[in-house]
Amino acid sequence: MAPSLSPVGLRWIDYTIIGVYFLFVLGIGWRLRRAMKTSTDFFLSGRSLPAWITGLAFLSANLGAQEVIGMGASGAKYGISTSHFYWIGAVPAMLFVGLFMMPFYYGSRARSVPEYLRLRFDEKTRAFNAVSFAVMTVFSSGVSMYAMGELMHLLLGWSFNFSVLMSAAIVLSYILLGGLTSAIYNEVLQFFLIVFGFAPLVIVGLNEVGGWSGLTAKLTALAVSQGHSADAYTHAWRGMGAPEHNLIGVEWFGLVMGLGFVLSFGYWCTDFLVVQRAMAADSMEAARRTPLIAAVPKMVFPFLVILPGMIALVIGGSGIIPAKVGPGGGPLLNAAGKVVLDYDLATPSMLMHLFPNGMLGLGLAALLASFMSGMAGNVTAFNTVWTYDLYQAYVRKDASDEHLLWIGRAATVVGILLAIAAAYVAAAFNNIMELLQLVFAFVNAPLFATFFLGMFWRRTTGHGAFFGLLSGTLAAAVHHGLTLPAGSVPGIKGGYFGVLQTFPSELGQTFWTAIFAWTTCFVVTIVVSLLTRPRPDEELRGLVYALTPRPVSTARSFYERPAFLGALTVALLLALNLLFA
Amino acid sequence: MSATGDLDVRVPIGGLFVLLGILLTVYGYLSPATTAAAFTRNGQINLWWGLVMLVFGVLMLLLARPRRPAV
Repeated sequence: MAPSLSPVGLRWIDYTIIGVYFLFVLGIGWRLRRAMKTSTDFFLSGRSLPAWITGLAFLSANLGAQEVIGMGASGAKYGISTSHFYWIGAVPAMLFVGLFMMPFYYGSRARSVPEYLRLRFDEKTRAFNAVSFAVMTVFSSGVSMYAMGELMHLLLGWSFNFSVLMSAAIVLSYILLGGLTSAIYNEVLQFFLIVFGFAPLVIVGLNEVGGWSGLTAKLTALAVSQGHSADAYTHAWRGMGAPEHNLIGVEWFGLVMGLGFVLSFGYWCTDFLVVQRAMAADSMEAARRTPLIAAVPKMVFPFLVILPGMIALVIGGSGIIPAKVGPGGGPLLNAAGKVVLDYDLATPSMLMHLFPNGMLGLGLAALLASFMSGMAGNVTAFNTVWTYDLYQAYVRKDASDEHLLWIGRAATVVGILLAIAAAYVAAAFNNIMELLQLVFAFVNAPLFATFFLGMFWRRTTGHGAFFGLLSGTLAAAVHHGLTLPAGSVPGIKGGYFGVLQTFPSELGQTFWTAIFAWTTCFVVTIVVSLLTRPRPDEELRGLVYALTPRPVSTARSFYERPAFLGALTVALLLALNLLFA
Repeated sequence: MSATGDLDVRVPIGGLFVLLGILLTVYGYLSPATTAAAFTRNGQINLWWGLVMLVFGVLMLLLARPRRPAV
């Protein structure tokens, strides 16, 4: 019998802590209101920020609610294997974008990722990327708002409308006032708040289950009682030989290629949401250091966000993750008659059960911070892409800078209003949102092939890039439509063209869909490029590897050099993988 | 430094942590038994974590202080 989530009453101290945090968030925007004089100030912070600030913002913009809540949920579902999302996924991709791709992003003086695509390829490739990105950011911040509204209602009894409108109003005010600088400063603040809000949760939680050894002993016993191998929850690499032997349901090749290469490189190396933070850095050196600085805390983040989920699974003997509610009002049962846990509540449940009033306010402020930093990241990326890549490119080519600044502010308001609308659409029709997220996954999967070829093979042409992207997206849809995760019916989960192959898990299917999309894009881009006329070399200077001078490090001390930071990160990464193998 | 309005981000971070640290420490000192949570052998967590935050906040303010704004 899974325990229920008993809502703890907030007291004045909790409200005071949350209130003080909100005041500081708004205060930063207020203090920066006069600094936004040009569109470059508003959209790129005037390219004036030091690397440690853009680095923490790079990390924090991605540290939305999906990350904090979702990684806790995955920790409870898959155990320590969830750290693959960091140690195989994010960190190597962050190293690659810093060391090898940033020279082109920053060096080309492009103001956005779609704008780089126009410089390197052509107008249609940029338009494809800009439109899909703009729609995607609006919907993902809408989904995030919806999730927050639901969670706050469940935990604290706040009304859905209040949570959504309040968080939207706060994010809107500070971006409107202080532009990207305000968003980045708040992301740095939120980074520290999340660390200081979740670290004590892990400390107290571990204390409660008898430390690391107590936790692994309990998880081993649980794995055996569920019929898994004893080390299923506690070892990341054992069992990766075959999908049946691990909880993720994928074998090492699908994991390394699908998650590690295609999906992670696709996100961290091409998504403007994160790349924008590096573009705000004050020098090429700082821009390259941005993802490298972010990679170091990113490596230890599994302990902060995954461990709470693992602890929630076993604390107090039977864990504190509530069951999903079934159709009859009782706990939801699966086909085998076992209770289905609501894993998304693992981390929130830890907050509610382990923190007394006072710390509870801090933990909730950290949770709200993660929601708002995710939303702000989406909004600042949206207003930039809208203004530079859609408005200035197709509506008014001769717009003055003053006019663009005004359009950027208007786009901030409109973007947030659209996101609110998306949150209500999500509340009303869950399937529409699921469908949209699926389409975005198809659009994103092949992206890295386009950028990789574009940056490292000068023969790549605009037609090649565009048709490669298009066919990669189609390949993703076809692969998804022909496969199905075990135990699902054809429909939104796949199999709508007929089922050729069944995957042991949804993640296994996702990883392989991505591999197919990437490979198709890669091959089609090469073939079409060879058949079309290449651009002359003079037009590609600073945009491709062979025609760009190697960046020379000007750092005064060795530890500021990108190469040193990169080598250090690789060493730590190997050590972590071996330690938790 | 126009796009930052000469605001060092460590000032608001330090300020927030000092304030939250004081709030938690004082609250934890005055009402150590307040524990609505189902689990917790750390009844004093408000007190000691408040102190940790206070120290971090002061550190941030000290780091921000000596830097003169660039002209």
